[in-house]
Amino acid sequence: MEITYVYTKKRSEFGSQCNFTDRPVELLVDILPDPTVAASFIQRDLCNMPVQCVQQMSEHEINTERLETETEGVNHVEGGWPKDVNPQEQEQTTRFRKKVEKEESYIASLTILGSLMEHCIKQNNAINIYEEYYEEEEEVQESTEEPPTAKTLHVLKDPNDIKRTATSLSWHPDGGRKLAVSYCCLEFQRASKDMSFHSYIWNLEKPNKPQMTLKPSSPIVCLDYNPKDFHVLAGGCYNGQVAYWDTRKGSQPVEMSIIEQSHRDPVYKVIWLQSKTGTDCFSASTDGQVLWWDIRKLSEPTERLILDISKKGTLDGAAGATSLEFETTMPTKFMVGTENGMVIACNRKGKTPAEKISSTFCGHHGPVYALRRNPFYPKNFLSVADWIARIWSEDTKESSIMWTRYHMARLSDGCWSPTRPSQKEPTLSVKVCDEALYSLRVQDNGHILACGSQLGTATLLEISSGLCSLQRNEKALANEMFERESKREKILEARRRELRLKERGRSDQGKEEEPKEAEPQESTEDLVARAEKEFFQAIESERKKREQEQQKLQTPISTVKVEEAGKLVS
Amino acid sequence: MAEVEETLKRIQSHKGVLGTIVVNAEGIPIRTTLDNSTTVQYAGLLHQLTIKARSTVRDIDPQNDLTFLRIRSKKHEIMVAPDKEYLLIVIQNPSE
Repeated sequence: MEITYVYTKKRSEFGSQCNFTDRPVELLVDILPDPTVAASFIQRDLCNMPVQCVQQMSEHEINTERLETETEGVNHVEGGWPKDVNPQEQEQTTRFRKKVEKEESYIASLTILGSLMEHCIKQNNAINIYEEYYEEEEEVQESTEEPPTAKTLHVLKDPNDIKRTATSLSWHPDGGRKLAVSYCCLEFQRASKDMSFHSYIWNLEKPNKPQMTLKPSSPIVCLDYNPKDFHVLAGGCYNGQVAYWDTRKGSQPVEMSIIEQSHRDPVYKVIWLQSKTGTDCFSASTDGQVLWWDIRKLSEPTERLILDISKKGTLDGAAGATSLEFETTMPTKFMVGTENGMVIACNRKGKTPAEKISSTFCGHHGPVYALRRNPFYPKNFLSVADWIARIWSEDTKESSIMWTRYHMARLSDGCWSPTRPSQKEPTLSVKVCDEALYSLRVQDNGHILACGSQLGTATLLEISSGLCSLQRNEKALANEMFERESKREKILEARRRELRLKERGRSDQGKEEEPKEAEPQESTEDLVARAEKEFFQAIESERKKREQEQQKLQTPISTVKVEEAGKLVS
Repeated sequence: MAEVEETLKRIQSHKGVLGTIVVNAEGIPIRTTLDNSTTVQYAGLLHQLTIKARSTVRDIDPQNDLTFLRIRSKKHEIMVAPDKEYLLIVIQNPSE
């Protein structure tokens, strides 16, 4: 080891005390503040820093293993016998029993117990103390008490990244445990290249992933399950073709119609027909045609109908069809709703195109989005368009027999609840989801409602039993109501006809006299001003009425209407 | 002894009575009118249930005690009369 430092001290100085001396104050260093140096410094921003002096702790989450339980039965084996008695031996057990029976306590206690027991037995025989009173009358009370509600059961989300609108829904006809939803972006030319064309079949028991995918060559706009053969689905595509799938055969369509023979515009509705072979369906689209197809041969439609009121038979004057309705009890008639607000009732058996169109019903201002017949009263049907829904009866053609008020947002779909035929004003308005709702379908037993939205989620709602179960005298009431309304319309119609005849008669007579104008000619500006005033008045009164009627709920109804702003009105 | 016999016979002869069982404190059936396996089942199960019921009653109020236990089911009614040492079980089909 090297010696790095030598330190010497005299031996006599070890252990001697230290001598401290005072010294005058000496200035060692004097550093004056130098303002020029301050320029190289920047003042830091004041910041608040919280400091907590506390124990360090950390949070952990643990999921315990699921407890597995098993139910097992236990076989009771004779036990309790005293040691010397073998339960298997008949002799020993009987001997034991006889011994017990001879005991004093046995006799005494059994006498008491016996009398107690007899009392109860006699009581039982005398009267049934647990009798149920009024068993049959139970149902009446329940349905009217609770306010109607709807509860969300499941939300089925579109698994793709780019969200598409759920355009149509179809319940599986057998039990309604499966739902087929078709997805398509309906805005014109908005579809991006990455958007997938698939549509899905969901199983309600497994709402997280679709059960099956349907892969067409073009997005599907509408879907329908074949009511006879539960594995077959028909779909209409965005490019006008019609295709059908067999769920047993896979995701590709079994057959597709040829483009040349199909529609020129997206197919808005496809419905199966009631036929002996169960293979007929028909489709409608905005190019003005209604085509019938036999799915065994999709290369060519079996029949073609052009919706042209002026009966010219060309494609030019045809009105685009946006919805279709077909009732299985009246197999030759069907109805088409058009883009310009008319509903046309047609007869399939007509020989010429002129005969095919049997009657038209006007009254809507915008395209008719949905058309449904009332399953209890097939003569009446519901049409849903722009802002209102109307109910029509087949006999009165001039105007509808009942209509709802103008709602705040546009209605896009509606259908009848299959169990309750009567209806009044909306009793329940439920906000289903934040985006616009696009399509609606009720399950066969009326309890569950499926709604498809613009962003591709399908929500399943369960409606409270007050809204879906049939009340006793409802059928009679509904019948009366429909008849009353249709009578009213007929009377109005008759009056109008009379007036028209009178007018004509009068104008014929008055040709020699001064032509008497019915109304003074108003300039267009006056007309416009008058219209505006009336419009604003109507809005004001509507708003006041709405504020008053905010919370009122009236008799439950069966039709369910969907508003585009996302509110479910029923 | 004869009294006991008479009582039991009288109970058995009432309308709707399906069976009578006498069980002792250890759960051993002393007297029965049903077959062995059913008796053994009833004796074991009801014995335990009676003990449980009694302890429940006494837990709530120690001065209280179980006097009678009735189990009504869809098919019939099981009545249990407990005692310090013995248990009388009767299965009856109520009137309606």
